[in-house]
Amino acid sequence: MREYSVFDILGPVMVGPSSSHTAGASRLALLARSVAGGTPQEVQILLHGSFAETYQGHGSDLALLGGLLGLGPDDVAIKDAYNLAQEAGLKYTFTPINLGESYHPNTVKFIIKTANNEKITVTGASIGGGNVLITEINDFSVELKGDLPTLISNHYDVPGVIAQVSLILAQHEINIAFMRVFRKEKRKIATMVLETDELVPQSVLDEILQVEQVVDVRFVEPI
Amino acid sequence: MKTLNYVQDLIKEAEKRKVKISTIVKEYEAQKRETEIKEIEKEMLKQWQVMKESINTGLKEVRRSMGGLIGGEGKKLQDYLVKSNTLAGEKINLAVARALAVAEVNASMGKIVAAPTGGSCGIIPGALVTVQEELGLEDEVLVDALFTAAGIGIVIAKNASISGAQGGCQAECGAAAGMAAAACVELAGGSPSMAGHSCGIALKNILGLVCDPVAGLVEVPCAKRNAMGVSLALVSADMALAGIESVIPVDEVIIAMGQVGENLPETLRETAKGGLAVSDTGKKIAESYKQEK
Repeated sequence: MREYSVFDILGPVMVGPSSSHTAGASRLALLARSVAGGTPQEVQILLHGSFAETYQGHGSDLALLGGLLGLGPDDVAIKDAYNLAQEAGLKYTFTPINLGESYHPNTVKFIIKTANNEKITVTGASIGGGNVLITEINDFSVELKGDLPTLISNHYDVPGVIAQVSLILAQHEINIAFMRVFRKEKRKIATMVLETDELVPQSVLDEILQVEQVVDVRFVEPI
Repeated sequence: MKTLNYVQDLIKEAEKRKVKISTIVKEYEAQKRETEIKEIEKEMLKQWQVMKESINTGLKEVRRSMGGLIGGEGKKLQDYLVKSNTLAGEKINLAVARALAVAEVNASMGKIVAAPTGGSCGIIPGALVTVQEELGLEDEVLVDALFTAAGIGIVIAKNASISGAQGGCQAECGAAAGMAAAACVELAGGSPSMAGHSCGIALKNILGLVCDPVAGLVEVPCAKRNAMGVSLALVSADMALAGIESVIPVDEVIIAMGQVGENLPETLRETAKGGLAVSDTGKKIAESYKQEK
């Protein structure tokens, strides 16, 4: 368990009105943008639970678009996010949806077409006080809080892959703070989420991609 | 101190070493972050500046909220207290005007510090700016007081809640009032144990307060509950400074607050399905808001 910081209690500095529905929405979208490697071309934003009920009154729509454009939760420009999205050529839709009981009541699912024409889905929840948790990337379960640099990779689930990846990080003096491995089926594709103390440069990502069983790897900057 | 579990631990440590509660909280944070106390003071000073700016913004201009239900109330009270002899006194009305102003800035998508949440963001700035002005204190001292408020907030978050969806409004405006009271006592030169009593007194007064936002917006009754929170904070601080004690120790009050929060039905925990949200007028507002969209 991570102990509270005083700035979890007095903070964040944010554009109102709601830490969960405005600041949290902005941070979820910033993380989705980071997973997508920049401002997307197109995004379908699916709103579940209380986001579906009250997203306009809390400015969640503005915060979500703002986040996808790279605006942080304390940037008063998010009030103008619709115009900024148009200027940036970002196409978007908002759709209330019921994802089911198993999802947190403040959940957003982003279906993104990236600048490189890649399709990525990112699902996450605003869990209170502006804190967020990304729970799925491309329908794989993850747990990503966005407060530390994070490496996400998919690899074939065979012995030794994790050791090879962590060895590469160690060689570059990158320390792993938290680590999780998920898979849907034994010996198929597994997802590894590594939260690190240091930023991971592109050269290290390239090196990890050289590991034979690694399918892809992406780096998500802390927000 | 590696963990902040109880207010009593903070008080004991501060009194043993003859320092303020804020000193202990700063050490905790610096240790946790592996950084210098100076660094975290610098960061807290930024929060303090945003708090002060949010008061000025809210009192300067009338801003309509996102849902259109509030706006201009802080300024209205400020104008009134300048022109008239108030009933409750100028100072407390000024604190309320400031708290309302910050709540309005929040509701109109302006910049605020969640303290501890957006819905309760007016209470701590409203109380602390008023005490700063009254006692003529430097910003550095106010930064210390914010650490005291936050340290108490950590204990409340751990042993009760600071989320309306979990614990009702007592967890938001209530927590803010308790945190602000303790900070005000420290600013006025009261002892750490007085700070604890002020927090206990404030929390006891809002135990069980429900979270029932009309149309699900952070507007009605949230903004005016900031008025309640800031006046409660100042009155509780004065009571403690006078030597009045909370018979139930502050940590037990916090634990009770957590239990009460768990026992609140879901309809009264930020779902807009109970309380004022389902009053005749509340329902009408929600209906017309929905149609407007």
